Amino acid sequence: MPVYEPWDAARGAQIIAEHTTLEGATLVILHALQEAFGYVPEPAVPMIASALNLSRAEVYGVFTFYHDFRHQPAGRHVLKLCRAEACQAAGGDALAARAEAKLGIAIGNTTADERVTLEPIYCLGLCATAPSAMLDGRLVGRLDEARIDALVAEAQR
Amino acid sequence: MNLRIFVSRDAGAVAVGADEVALALEQAAGKRGVDMEIVRTGSRGLYWLEPMIEVATPKGRVAFGPVTAADAASVLEAMISDGAHPLRLGIADEIPWLKRQTRLTCARCGVIDPRSVEDYRAHDGYKGLERALTLGSEAILADVTASGLRGRGGAGFPTGIKWKTVAQTSADQKYIVCNADEGDSGTFADRMIMEGDPFVVIEGMTIAGIAVGAAKGYIYIRSEYPHAIVAMNAAIAAARRAGYLGARVGGSAHSFDLEVRVGAGAYVCGEETSLLESLEGRRGIVRAKPPLPAHKGLFGKPTVINNVLSFAAIPFILAGGAKAYADFGIGRSRGTMPIQLAGNIKRGGLFEVAFGITLGELVDDVGGGTFTGRPVRAVQVGGPLGAYFPRELFDTPFDYEAFTARDGLIGHGGIVVFDDSVDMAKQARFAMEFCAIESCGKCTPCRIGSTRGVETIDKIRAGERVPENIAVVEDLCNTMKFGSLCALGGFTPYPVMSALKHFREDFGPAPARLQAAE
Repeated sequence: MPVYEPWDAARGAQIIAEHTTLEGATLVILHALQEAFGYVPEPAVPMIASALNLSRAEVYGVFTFYHDFRHQPAGRHVLKLCRAEACQAAGGDALAARAEAKLGIAIGNTTADERVTLEPIYCLGLCATAPSAMLDGRLVGRLDEARIDALVAEAQR
Repeated sequence: MNLRIFVSRDAGAVAVGADEVALALEQAAGKRGVDMEIVRTGSRGLYWLEPMIEVATPKGRVAFGPVTAADAASVLEAMISDGAHPLRLGIADEIPWLKRQTRLTCARCGVIDPRSVEDYRAHDGYKGLERALTLGSEAILADVTASGLRGRGGAGFPTGIKWKTVAQTSADQKYIVCNADEGDSGTFADRMIMEGDPFVVIEGMTIAGIAVGAAKGYIYIRSEYPHAIVAMNAAIAAARRAGYLGARVGGSAHSFDLEVRVGAGAYVCGEETSLLESLEGRRGIVRAKPPLPAHKGLFGKPTVINNVLSFAAIPFILAGGAKAYADFGIGRSRGTMPIQLAGNIKRGGLFEVAFGITLGELVDDVGGGTFTGRPVRAVQVGGPLGAYFPRELFDTPFDYEAFTARDGLIGHGGIVVFDDSVDMAKQARFAMEFCAIESCGKCTPCRIGSTRGVETIDKIRAGERVPENIAVVEDLCNTMKFGSLCALGGFTPYPVMSALKHFREDFGPAPARLQAAE
């Protein structure tokens, strides 16, 4: 389970300062903030803008364009299910429905107890060992009913 | 005795237990008191046999697979005694599936330690760069042009012409950009190369830098590939330490360095101009062309932007292989293509072969049909923007022009196999849905047309005015095809129209279709 720091403006400023000399640093900074805090806290947006001499709107636009960047913390565990064609061909749709039913949430949501966030991912590049999933950064291929059940149970612990 | 065992660290192998197998081997060796060294390689690409492990013997490497942690002890015994084992596959290089290939780009993948420059050099690595350093720009460009190499990302633009344009454009700064935003479902060749032979990508980009006069390169890797990001960063650090990147590349006067940048889950950033915007730290909105990236690319500077596989093909070509490369293939498709067999397929994996092999050979002979054992009904070639082909088109040779002539595309070389349980109207709907999710929003036909497409296909599936609504979808596809700047909006019509054309019986109310199937 990933462990994140609580948002702290001074720490945020330090992370931003580490990357401001890079060419086109916005995405690099957003990634670094998310790695530290688990999401990109809203107060960081004007801080990035000022550090990179951009408008807030520009930074906010980048932040919201990309699927990866979170606006609030995810659940304690993040289970990503590949929903792309190769996994569909290998029975991924039924397994995704099974995971949704077990967790009682639709893909794209977090359980009420904030333990599990279930997300779609469009291709992990494991298309020859499909269907595949990623639990907190750990890859799992050749999913079947038993394996998806085990993954869901692990995420709920 | 000293055992040298090779276990893949490729994400595809790790996802099916390679790390657990390596651990179990360590434990079994410790218990038995045998001296053993485990080398973590990339994957050979025989994914249905992963985790595949190999042991060095005087006859060559002997392979076993698919191995589970529970098999480790017995496999280790068989390795020590050179004895029989149900999972023994024989000499790895002699496995027919591997032997039948022409591995030029992926020659070292699964063979070498991807963290070791020495191992790379011991397997003909950096020979292309060494020769390139003696040649100079013009001769390098001549070799790339003579090889007939075309962009392996999907567009198939001649690489030599692209490089020459950048070389001839004068500027104070130029860039080499590697497009490793391999977002197409059914494709994993870029990932496999980056994890299994990252130095070949670095070498190819370095040669490009020397050819066009660029000193800085970026590799834009999608965030969905954490293992590839680690592997490329480790290889870049190793290449720097060995003097192959930095101020004096290979002891020459050329300077070239690389940096990995990570994407953030936007499929459209695989489109080259959108990728450049993203690298510049902006929203991945597609740019209009012209200007071409070769004239005004990254930060407005002349930029070579190529796919991982294009750069990975370069070292072989520059090591004196331009003619040999061009001798493979058919028509205007020269050389080899690392083809990826995926989805519902018995023997899925990476199959590098000269252009010209037919779709049917790939799916039936090489791939062995479906793993469910049911008949193959459709294959999607070229990712989410590629056409669905029925069995009637299995005689199509793998060639850029042959696929275009049949309203399809080879794209990045991925083939996703579906059995007869597939609902093609659902697949067409998914193509539109995916386009709606991933559209950057610049072009109206893509941004809005895709959502209207989902709605209209839903109406068809509900049995609502089917012929009229099919006409609407066709009209919509036409508008998207000709009214979008990039391939996302422009090519989403391929899967939709091909599904309509070849599988029309699926487009109607679902109950009627199920009755017809009974």
